[in-house]
Amino acid sequence: MNHADTAGLAPTARSLRGYARWRWWELALYAALPLSWLLLPGQALLLNEIAIVALFAVSLDLILGYAGIVSLGHAAFFGFGSYAAALFAKNWMPDPLTGLAVAVGASALLGLVTSVLILRGTDLTRLMVTLGVASVLYELANKLDTITGGADGLQGVVMGPLVTPFGRFDFDLSGRVAYAYSLLVLGVSLFVARRIVYSPFGVSLQALRDNRLRAASIGLSVRLRLVAIYTIAAAIAGAAGALLAQTSGFASLDVFDFHRSAEVLLVLVIGGTGYLYGGVFGAIVFKLLHDLVSAWTPQYWNFWLGLFLVVLVLVGRDRLVRPWTWFGRKR
Amino acid sequence: MSVVLETRSLVKRFGGLAATNEVSLKVERGARHALIGPNGAGKTTLINLLTGVLEPSSGTIALDGSDITHLSVHARVRRGIVRTFQINQLFNGLTPLSSLALTVSAQQGKSAGWWKPLGSDAAVAVECENLLERFRLADVMDLSVGLLAYGKRRLLEIATALACKPRVLLLDEPVAGVPEGDRQEIFETINALPAEVSILLIEHDMDLVFNFAKTVTVLVGGAVFAEGDVASISNDPRVKAVYLGEDDAADAVLAHG
Repeated sequence: MNHADTAGLAPTARSLRGYARWRWWELALYAALPLSWLLLPGQALLLNEIAIVALFAVSLDLILGYAGIVSLGHAAFFGFGSYAAALFAKNWMPDPLTGLAVAVGASALLGLVTSVLILRGTDLTRLMVTLGVASVLYELANKLDTITGGADGLQGVVMGPLVTPFGRFDFDLSGRVAYAYSLLVLGVSLFVARRIVYSPFGVSLQALRDNRLRAASIGLSVRLRLVAIYTIAAAIAGAAGALLAQTSGFASLDVFDFHRSAEVLLVLVIGGTGYLYGGVFGAIVFKLLHDLVSAWTPQYWNFWLGLFLVVLVLVGRDRLVRPWTWFGRKR
Repeated sequence: MSVVLETRSLVKRFGGLAATNEVSLKVERGARHALIGPNGAGKTTLINLLTGVLEPSSGTIALDGSDITHLSVHARVRRGIVRTFQINQLFNGLTPLSSLALTVSAQQGKSAGWWKPLGSDAAVAVECENLLERFRLADVMDLSVGLLAYGKRRLLEIATALACKPRVLLLDEPVAGVPEGDRQEIFETINALPAEVSILLIEHDMDLVFNFAKTVTVLVGGAVFAEGDVASISNDPRVKAVYLGEDDAADAVLAHG
């Protein structure tokens, strides 16, 4: 927000506009996305994984961090998008962008349908219901092996080239095209999500997260809003799943697995909830930590992850990222 | 005068207990109507029924003659039935400014917008500015609501209700816990509402009730015990006996309210 724009405004209006202004670190993050592609060509495969997990975690943040909907089964939408994209490429059309759109649409529809299950009950009910939905989809994908390939996964998915106004790009082994593609989807999704969370609708989600009774008492339909954000988050999770299937040319039962729902929750907790970028920072830290620790001691990754989580939660993220406060006196 | 809000034989049972028992109440247009009664008389339950937080066991509620008994909370707010809460119900993660901006957006039918920032609407900003000024919240408008002092939280509670532009305003002990000096101010703001706004007030402070209200309904044990203008209620010996009684026991009960 530039100053000439707001100088003539009353303090209230200026303050109100200031909520949605771009912070310097946000701009730095958006700038870092293309820079990582330019500067780290050898790491494209790892970075691509990070971008996909980041997108997945951002979608979880929309429902958990903003609307306060807890979920242990967010992989349902990730997996659904993954299989939708893979099946579409295999049976109908190898074009990645069309496949992405189909996967997003399919996951959004699944989100819309299953959102009725999370409207009632307590957090515990929601944890169980979301977990249940993901398990049901896992077993469906396992059982319908004529369509999904069952436990072997869906193999032989051949993706066509990315057709853009700048030319056609084939997915290559180094993963650079794949990473550019994932980055673009992540960047666009983040931008759209940012518009959403600062809009009246987005702020109303935080309001109903804090106090549903009051949200209804100022005339907001809590249920409609929960349905809407659940559907949007499902669509974005589906996009992340589609990216995985398209850039790896493979979809397996693993995309619906419980560990994926748990991992995305961990990633989001590491990065922090409720400010939109937690998923991105969490994915970077999580994947780098995973890479470093597994290179050093492959068997005991979970030990170090666990230790890191305990420290993170006990010390607090705010203090952990500000080392200069570690030894100062408490004020 | 025409009746705006009317209940007919409203009953709410919790198990065997009738918290609201055959209550038939008429709130007239522009009413300054007080609802009094000892603790446990069912005043807040009645407000919860009127606003749709609770579903009645039987009986009906009508707004301007049309049945609203089964309307949801938010649908009633859109029709103009707005309340304040006895215990503050606020959005602790927001700021006073964003809370009010959201409420004003909802009132102006803009709360479904999902692309433009909340703060980009000039009409909303102007309305927020007025409310913040009126409730002396301007100096804390950018603090987190969860960090506000009790008095400010109480003012925000009432400001939030008024931001909904009520046609019928239900005030559940609006000045509970507010220091003496600020009470008058809150009541002046309430009194300054347009004359056609109907107000139903629950309050324990009898001076405030008798200064403010023209009509008084006394609830006892979930049922209407007496109803009338201020003079007749304050002189009614039966009301005095159950509620305004000079005996210390009744005073002690009131003091705890």
